Amino acid sequence: MFKIVEKKDWHPTICEMWVEAPRVARKHRPGQFVIIRIHEKGERIPLTVVDKKPEEGLIRIIFQKVGKTTWELGTFKPGDYIADVVGPLGQPTHIEKFGTVVGVGGGVGIAPLYPILKGMKEAGNRLITILGARSKDLLILEDEVRAISEEVIVTTDDGSYGKKGLVTDALKELIESGEKIDQVVAIGPGIMMKFVVKTLEPYKIPCIVSLNAMMLDGTGMCGVCRITVGDEVKFVCVDGPEFDGYKVNFDELMSRLTVYREEEQQALERFKNAHPEIFAGVE
Amino acid sequence: MAEKKKGLNLNRVDMPRQDPKERIKNFNEVALGYTEEMAVAEAERCLLCKKPLCVQGCPAEVKIPEFIALIRERKFIEAARKIKETNALPAVCGRVCPQEEQCEEMCVLNKKGAPIAIGRLERFVADYEAKMGAVEKPEIAPKSGKKVAVIGSGPGGLTVAADCAIMGHEVVVFEALHKPGGVLVYGIPEFRLPKVIVEREVEYIKSLGVKFECDVVVGRTVTIDDLMEKEGFDAVFIGVGAGAPIFMGIPGETLKGVYSANEFLTRNNLMKAYLFPEYDTPIKVGKKVAVVGGGNVAMDAVRTALRLGAEEAHIVYRRTRKEMPARAEEIENAEEEGVIFNFLINPVEIIGDENGWVKGLKCIRMELGEPDESGRRRPVPIPGSEFIMDVDTVIMAIGTRANPVIQRTTPDLEVNKWGYIVADEETCKTSKKGVFAGGDIIRGAATVILAVGDGKKAARAIDHYLRTGEW
Ligand SMILES: Cc1cc2nc3c(=O)[nH]c(=O)nc-3n(C[C@H](O)[C@H](O)[C@H](O)COP(=O)(O)OP(=O)(O)OC[C@H]3O[C@@H](n4cnc5c(N)ncnc54)[C@H](O)[C@@H]3O)c2cc1C
Ligand SMILES: Cc1cc2nc3c(=O)[nH]c(=O)nc-3n(C[C@H](O)[C@H](O)[C@H](O)COP(=O)(O)OP(=O)(O)OC[C@H]3O[C@@H](n4cnc5c(N)ncnc54)[C@H](O)[C@@H]3O)c2cc1C
Ligand code: SF4
Ligand code: SF4
Ligand code: FES
Repeated sequence: MFKIVEKKDWHPTICEMWVEAPRVARKHRPGQFVIIRIHEKGERIPLTVVDKKPEEGLIRIIFQKVGKTTWELGTFKPGDYIADVVGPLGQPTHIEKFGTVVGVGGGVGIAPLYPILKGMKEAGNRLITILGARSKDLLILEDEVRAISEEVIVTTDDGSYGKKGLVTDALKELIESGEKIDQVVAIGPGIMMKFVVKTLEPYKIPCIVSLNAMMLDGTGMCGVCRITVGDEVKFVCVDGPEFDGYKVNFDELMSRLTVYREEEQQALERFKNAHPEIFAGVE
Repeated sequence: MAEKKKGLNLNRVDMPRQDPKERIKNFNEVALGYTEEMAVAEAERCLLCKKPLCVQGCPAEVKIPEFIALIRERKFIEAARKIKETNALPAVCGRVCPQEEQCEEMCVLNKKGAPIAIGRLERFVADYEAKMGAVEKPEIAPKSGKKVAVIGSGPGGLTVAADCAIMGHEVVVFEALHKPGGVLVYGIPEFRLPKVIVEREVEYIKSLGVKFECDVVVGRTVTIDDLMEKEGFDAVFIGVGAGAPIFMGIPGETLKGVYSANEFLTRNNLMKAYLFPEYDTPIKVGKKVAVVGGGNVAMDAVRTALRLGAEEAHIVYRRTRKEMPARAEEIENAEEEGVIFNFLINPVEIIGDENGWVKGLKCIRMELGEPDESGRRRPVPIPGSEFIMDVDTVIMAIGTRANPVIQRTTPDLEVNKWGYIVADEETCKTSKKGVFAGGDIIRGAATVILAVGDGKKAARAIDHYLRTGEW
């Protein structure tokens, strides 16, 4: 059992928690994640370790409420326990001094991006970060990202904050302004990562992406997380989650995420009907 | 009783099973077990051989005639304890051992086609002991002051843990998943091995003082060196199984509707997806399912698919029925339940529809050629014989291999060219001092009882090492 010690709501649909998981906190390196199971009947879902306090045995998670499990986890309070937290899983990010690194984060993709950028900063890189959100109130971790980046560009789909538009628009502008970029790290929805890579292609700027594949065990045992990368099939949980963006088959990634669409909707509807109060006032 | 010795009784007592029409609608155990009367009747048939051949067929050296003699005297609990002297998991082995190739194959009565049903008797007494609440704790040796880490909680790890605890050592089991039991909980389905039986065994091992720490992936959460250098463990047993799935490497394997058997079975067994939405983990089975492979894993997957509502459930196997590695009993069960067997065909491609879902399995016909290294006749494709099976779900059950996570983080651990850990056959010692290994991770996918056997040997060797310091 893993105790929640602190909780913060960034938005009615975005939640942050600090959780006691001393073994994970001790070993975690940027780019790694945990698999959690919220209770005895729960499913196993992956979440990035956004930050840690090894001395206190704490890890920080930030999640978007998209389905039954994340909505239910959102109802947990400090003092409550998560049944299982296992990790750190996946390969740590390959961090080195590249020169200028551009981070591109979309939505809650900013959460997994942040620890990687922190690692990049510590390795002596110069950071420029592009953060994208649907609207201002859905933007997370802006202050923390600003604290480590030389420059931060914010885009929102509705123009409620920063530039109106997509992260790819801002990225293109940045490249065309003559900025010399040595490495890009892009994390967000599959479609965003796909178009970030497309944007970079003419300039041959290398790009790391982190894949949000469906997972079960997270240890290389089931293969549900498999994705075609180049001409090989890789397991995201053990070979990734980060890959060379130029090699990833994003269409396959997005397609595979829809396997349980019907069941996910059914589970969420059932949960909504049982707990309408949780959803009151949320569109 | 004296009269019976004259003539051989060749009437093996059948074990009642659930009706096939009923059982494909539920996940309850198929085999219902002997009654006391049946067990005694079957035990009466045993010749109580002076030089029992049956024992030679059992990797755990279960004292077969001795326990059968106790059943005849209706001393069921004593019989259970007699088995437990050499096998800590009789309720499990009695159910899943390939008895027809082990103890029962060697039984003298097998020559007459009616070996004693040793497995059924073993299962009966183990269940009887548990039902009577008579499970006894063995005497535990005085504390040795030594600590043993067991990595993985499959049958191998559980055996080492129990034995080391009895020998007086402090034992902690580290398990990657959230529940102990290994393949017994995530792989073998409820209808063949009810999970309460595994839970019962784990509770028993806990009662011996063994601690379990789940959610620990050794190699990631902590390394073997951390355990030995920072956490004070004097010896380590690696029993992590061979859990990484193998795919065929044919086009279409990333389509929706393609599963590894591990995924399919884990969703269902460990995560209880058959109870969705009461349990949160979903599973999807189409109308027409093809399971590729011919082993126990394939049988478990195909029978699970039927129970989840598949209208047609196929086995696709590249050799013939004779070469199928699955247990005879399970093949029969599958047949009774309506599984369709397709022999001498091999998939070459999985075909998808415009939305990325499986809509067919392209196969090629095979014929048996010359025997290969394993002595089985090698299947060879017949050119131009390709055809498409109309299926919407494909489950790959063609084997597993070693997961490299421990080996990668423990450089001084010797592995062979397939990635399995090299360990001494008699002692389970690895190339690293203080580290032992057994079960599937040293031999490749094998059996429960071989893992138990390794656990026995390893525990003895660990005890010797801890007491003498000799390596
Ligand atoms: C390595 C890794 C790290 C991750 N880190 C984070 C994180 O730090 N914060 C966070 O909020 N999420 C993260 N995710 C995604 C997260 O695991 C999913 O959002 C979560 O599993 C959804 O569970 P659910 O039951 O609430 O929703 P579900 O019922 O499973 O899904 C509801 C809806 O969300 C969509 N969906 C499902 N899974 C994903 C997914 N993986 N990505 C995008 N959409 C999905 C479904 O298609 C469906 O429409 C990560 C995923 C991976 C693989
Ligand atoms: C579906 C199926 C059906 C089978 N049917 C039969 C049968 O009928 N009869 C029979 O005799 N055999 C059968 N087998 C084979 C048998 O189950 C195995 O040979 C046996 O379980 C091997 O035992 P083990 O102790 O080596 O480990 P396993 O049972 O494989 O357990 C290993 C455990 O270690 C854990 N682990 C792995 N890596 C780590 C790590 N890094 N850190 C911590 N923990 C880790 C795993 O999560 C797992 O719980 C079947 C196998 C399968 C998959
Ligand atoms: S453990 Fe297995 S092989 Fe040994 S006697 Fe029992 S059923 Fe037979
Ligand atoms: S089980 Fe068979 S071989 Fe063993 S003692 Fe009885 S009759 Fe003899
Ligand atoms: S999640 Fe099971 S292998 Fe990656």
